Amino acid sequence: MGLIWAFVERQTNLWKRYWAWEIVWLAYGVVNTLAITFIAEEVGKSGFAAAEDVPGLILFLLIGTLVWAYLSAVLDDVSLVVTWERWEGTIEHTLMAPVSRALHLLGMGLFGVLHAIVRTLLIFAIAMPFFTVDLANANWPAAVAVMAIGTLSVVGIAILAGVLPLLYPERGAQMSFMLQAVLLLVSGVYYSVDVLPGWLQLFATVAPTTYILEGIRAALVDGKGVGDLKGTLLALAGFGVVLVPGGIAVFAAGEAWAKKTGKLKRQG
Amino acid sequence: MQDIPLTVSNVSKSFGGGLSWEFPPWRRRIGSSLVVDAVSFAVERGEIYGVIGANGSGKSTLIRIISTLLLPDAGEVTAFGHDVVREPARVRPLINRVSADPAFFKSMSTIENLLFFGRVYGMSRGQIEDRAATILARLGLEAGLARQPMSHLSRGQQQKVAVARSFLTSPVLMLLDEPTTGLDPRSKREVQAFVREVRREHDATILLTTHDMEEAELLCDRIAILSRGRIVAEGTPQALREQVADGRPLAEVSMETVFLALTGQSLADDEVPAAVTLG
Repeated sequence: MGLIWAFVERQTNLWKRYWAWEIVWLAYGVVNTLAITFIAEEVGKSGFAAAEDVPGLILFLLIGTLVWAYLSAVLDDVSLVVTWERWEGTIEHTLMAPVSRALHLLGMGLFGVLHAIVRTLLIFAIAMPFFTVDLANANWPAAVAVMAIGTLSVVGIAILAGVLPLLYPERGAQMSFMLQAVLLLVSGVYYSVDVLPGWLQLFATVAPTTYILEGIRAALVDGKGVGDLKGTLLALAGFGVVLVPGGIAVFAAGEAWAKKTGKLKRQG
Repeated sequence: MQDIPLTVSNVSKSFGGGLSWEFPPWRRRIGSSLVVDAVSFAVERGEIYGVIGANGSGKSTLIRIISTLLLPDAGEVTAFGHDVVREPARVRPLINRVSADPAFFKSMSTIENLLFFGRVYGMSRGQIEDRAATILARLGLEAGLARQPMSHLSRGQQQKVAVARSFLTSPVLMLLDEPTTGLDPRSKREVQAFVREVRREHDATILLTTHDMEEAELLCDRIAILSRGRIVAEGTPQALREQVADGRPLAEVSMETVFLALTGQSLADDEVPAAVTLG
C-alpha cells in the first residue's frame, strides 16, 4: 500500500502546484455541464418537448455531464501516466524504481479516482442551483455501487490508453483522447444508445461506460436498488476483472517493446 | 559469481531495425545502427570503474541496459548475480543512477521529489527526510533550497539534487552517467569528493561514464575506453598510459593523449554521429 500511496502523494503534490490548471478544468466542467443541461430548458421552452417531460430531460443530461466529467477525469489522469513523465523527463527514474508496474498503475488509478470525485462533486455543487431537479426517488447506495464497480473498468481502459504514448511517443497522447471521444459517442452520455445506428450500438454494448451511465440513471431517476441492478453490476464487475489485469498486461508488453526499441526516452 | 557487482558479457544493442510500428506504413524505417558492439567487462566490489568515450559512443546506452531501461539485442548483464533482463525486480533495489540531465518534477520542491523517489524504494518519510538533509548538506546545498520548487534551482543545484536522489536509497551499485556535466568547478569537486566518500564509507561499487579525462583519472580505479560502441582498451590509468607511452615518460602522457592514440578521436571534436541519440 505504501508504494501505491507514493504515486497518490506525488500526484497530489503536482496537483497543488498546478492549481491554476485545476481551476481551468473545473471552470470548463461547470460551463460544459450548464451549457448542455440548458438545452433541456430550451427544448421545453421551444415546445419540442412537453413541459412535464423537461425536468426528466434536465436530470438525464445533468447525470450524463456529471458522470462524464468523472469518467473523463479518471481516464485523463491514468492515461497520461507516460505522457506526463515524458514531459517532466522523469520516466526513466520512475520506471527503474523497484515498484511493480501493477502497483504503479493502481497508484495512478487511485489518485485519478480521488481527483475525479473531488472535481465532480465541485461541479455538482456549483451546477445544481441552476436547475430544479427532483432526486427524491434516487437510490444513492445503488448509484455509489455502480460508480464504485464501474470505476474499475474505467481504470482498466485508462491503463490500456496509457500504453499508446509508449508505443507512439509523438501521437500517443492524442490517440488516448480519441479513445475518450469514441467512448463519449457510443456510451449514451447525452442520449440513449438506442438512437445510435445499429453498428455503433455494437460498440455501445462492449463499452463499460454504457453500463455505468445506464446503471446510474436507473438508480437516480428510477430509484432502482442494488438488487434490481444486479445484472448491470455483474456486467461491470466482469469488465473490471478483464480490463484491469488486461490493461496492466498490455502496458507491460508495451513497456517491454519500448525498452527493446529505445522509445522510453524519446520525447517525440 | 554472486559477489561480482556487475558483469557485462558480449552485450550489443542497435536501434532502428526490425519491425517498426510507425504509421503511416511508408514512414517505417529499414536498417539499424549498432550503438553498443559486443562489450564485455566486470566491475569488482568497491571499485570505481570508468567508461570513457565521446558523445554517441554508447556510454548512456550501456548505462540504460544495466539500469533495466533498455533490452540488449545480445549478451548478458548481471548485477550481483541477477540477470538485468530476466530478473529486473531483483536488480532494481540494488542500483540507482545519476544521468547527465537532472530529470525532476520541476514544479515540485526538492524534498517532495526526494520523498517520491525515496518512497518508491520503500523508504519511510522520516528516513527520507533525515537522509536527504545529510546528503544535501554534504553536497553543499543550503537547507532552505529543499522547500523551493526545483525550477527555481540552478542547473548545478539540480544536478546535486540528482546525486542526492541516487544516493538516498543506499544503492550497492551506483551508475553515474556523466554526473558532473554542467557543474561549475567547485560543485564538480564537491560531487567528486562525495563519490569517493560514498565508495570509502558505504562499500558501494560505482560505474562512472564520462568524457572528462581528468575526472576519470581522478576517480577511477580502472577505465574502459569506448569508441563507436566497442571497448578498445581497458586497464588502470597507469596501464593505459604505459600502453601508448612509446618510450616517453608517463608524466608526459595525458589521458587525452591516451584516448587519441587508442581511438583516433579527440574529445575536442567529441561528437560521433549517432542514428538514434539516447542521451
